[in-house]
Amino acid sequence: MSKEPVAVTGIGQTKHVAARRDVSIAGLVREAALRALDDAELTWADIDAVVIGKAPDFFEGVMMPELYLADALGAVGKPMLRVHTAGSVGGSTSLVAANLIAARVHRTVLTLAFEKQSESNAMWGLSLPIPFQQPLLAGAGGFFAPHVRAYMRRSGAPDTVGSLVAYKDRRNALKNPYAHLHEHDLTLEQVQASPMLWDPIRYSETCPSSDGACAMVLTDRAGAARAPRPPAWMLGGAMRSEPTLFAGKDFVSPQAGKDCAADVYRQAGVADPRRDIDAVEMYVPFSWYEPMWLENLGFAEEGEGWKLTESGVTALDGDLPVNMSGGVLSTNPIGASGMIRFAEAALQVRGLAGEHQVDGARRVLGHAYGGGSQFFSMWLVGSEPPDS
Amino acid sequence: MTRDIAVVAFARTDHRATCEDTSEVEMLMPVLHEVLARTGLRTADIGFTCSGSSDYLAGRAFSFTMALDGVGAWPPISESHVEMDGAWALYEAWTKLLSGDADTALVYSYGKSTPGSVRDVLTRQLDPYYVAPLWPDSVALAALQAQALIDAGDTDEAALAAVGARSRADADSRVPQGSSPGDYVVRPLRTGDCPPVGDGAAAVILAAGDRARALCERPAWIRGIDHRIEAHALGVRDLTDSPSTRLAAEKAGAFERPVDTAELHAPFSAQEVVLRKALRLGDGVRVNPSGGALAANPVMAAGLARIGEAAARIHRGESGRALAHATSGPCLQQNLVAVLEGDPR
Repeated sequence: MSKEPVAVTGIGQTKHVAARRDVSIAGLVREAALRALDDAELTWADIDAVVIGKAPDFFEGVMMPELYLADALGAVGKPMLRVHTAGSVGGSTSLVAANLIAARVHRTVLTLAFEKQSESNAMWGLSLPIPFQQPLLAGAGGFFAPHVRAYMRRSGAPDTVGSLVAYKDRRNALKNPYAHLHEHDLTLEQVQASPMLWDPIRYSETCPSSDGACAMVLTDRAGAARAPRPPAWMLGGAMRSEPTLFAGKDFVSPQAGKDCAADVYRQAGVADPRRDIDAVEMYVPFSWYEPMWLENLGFAEEGEGWKLTESGVTALDGDLPVNMSGGVLSTNPIGASGMIRFAEAALQVRGLAGEHQVDGARRVLGHAYGGGSQFFSMWLVGSEPPDS
Repeated sequence: MTRDIAVVAFARTDHRATCEDTSEVEMLMPVLHEVLARTGLRTADIGFTCSGSSDYLAGRAFSFTMALDGVGAWPPISESHVEMDGAWALYEAWTKLLSGDADTALVYSYGKSTPGSVRDVLTRQLDPYYVAPLWPDSVALAALQAQALIDAGDTDEAALAAVGARSRADADSRVPQGSSPGDYVVRPLRTGDCPPVGDGAAAVILAAGDRARALCERPAWIRGIDHRIEAHALGVRDLTDSPSTRLAAEKAGAFERPVDTAELHAPFSAQEVVLRKALRLGDGVRVNPSGGALAANPVMAAGLARIGEAAARIHRGESGRALAHATSGPCLQQNLVAVLEGDPR
């Protein structure tokens, strides 16, 4: 089986903010979609199919909103698929769209993910009572804090590492015009002095709640040849899932994450990720997940990830920049967050990341996860097509 | 595209009005076990898994995350989920097999309509700013469509009643309803024109090429599959027609040669009239021998069940070429058509 190479030729995002009261959900997604079409210099008529993703429908209070959004996304008369894989959904949505091209079912696909959290209340959406199950009223931070604690105990990391990540990502966000948080005067000391929410996670080490959308135009080899700007080529992509709760689960470094990365590296011919990959956009909703995922993704030995962070390797001018865009810590429209990681990776290898561009970024990993560290989706994109 | 992909196994829950004594995972697990047993495959042998469901039926966010436990997702599996009827999960799995990333796929979907009021729940699918605040329910919208058909002279109440009676008769003793058309729910629709509210699950296994031949005596080859969506607002659609179904059927190759069987996802009797016209189904085509959605309508699984039922007829040698259809959204807004064939015998 030969697969069609998949290229990203258009990327669009909204300016992410706490509440976009000036647009409807349809207006929000259309803004990102039009920017992606403009980037690819295509029109609605060039799009064969639409693949849309978002996190739970309860976050806006609309059941299967893709039905209502068909008109706004130019999908009328076309195939439209709706993906939902929890927090990893933005990544999974990109991969489902890419597969339509790889399988030669369609030639050019618009993929989009969004969350308009201001329409409803995300904490309420996550806290609906479930019969016969323990309520998880602590929110996501309460769920992940013990696993961060477990990582710190296992690795012996000093408790300052989390604040370094948060400070770095928030500084990076200042260079990204689409990022939600632009905290110009933030200091490291302020991060370290911010209120403790779920020990050891402090207020400034958590992601915001954002309204926002991200869209990409994916196309085949012929489409890429016609693209006005450099394409990003997909070199590998994979999804892996495992149960949320079971006795054998390693919450610090889930097997599904390791397997997913290994599959992507195999497809892309990556032997040593630390050497062969230039930068990473990873899903870090709580600051400590940077060192944790560095190990899970094979960029550091077990227990060593925090040393990369502490020594500045993951800084924008470091040897392995992580979350050049400011990451989930600066922008979190939940359903779109995974796609933003994938899109930012593509922007980097296209050389179009503006002020947060990493010089010479030729192969960049986009990473997303969801559920209780249960669902993983990743892609590796490059500036050269896969067979070159 | 040079890869032949087939439905090699199908399982579903018995038609039940309610499964209040079981959780979603408990309702799903026997179906998963049954479909795997039909092929002898274990979870670890499956190349890709894809499911369909809706959080709004479960009344909670991320409802599918627990259902995954029922699959036995360890060691970690390659897996995805659509917030749609399982027919679209099958479509995603089909593309995954087409690209060569996997040789087998497990597709499942489930829905429990009974914990809430499904008529009210489905109103939350509508435009959230202009329509949903008015709470127009699914039966009322279907009644608008039925009345439009009657006004156009495409059908009448007696003909609609006959559709309902035939469906329930075909579903035989598995369905506890009588054949009388019943009382009006929303004019012109009577009880017999409306789907029963029920809970259920369905599962299918797909396989490519020789794997399919090894797993099934007579695989149901997917000759084509396509889906299309229409505008959301009812006011801009002709409710007596289904152009998206017609286009999907055309792309799926349904009109290239006649089919002998059609499993149509028509939850309301009048929708069968619309679909028959869009799909150009003559009287010689056996429509909904399973009883269709008028006999059992587990929301989110009913569309996948249509593909499964059509495939099962091919497996049993009762059909040579069958069409399967799934729908989503108010008044047939989104439609999927698959064409299945058995090898000549």
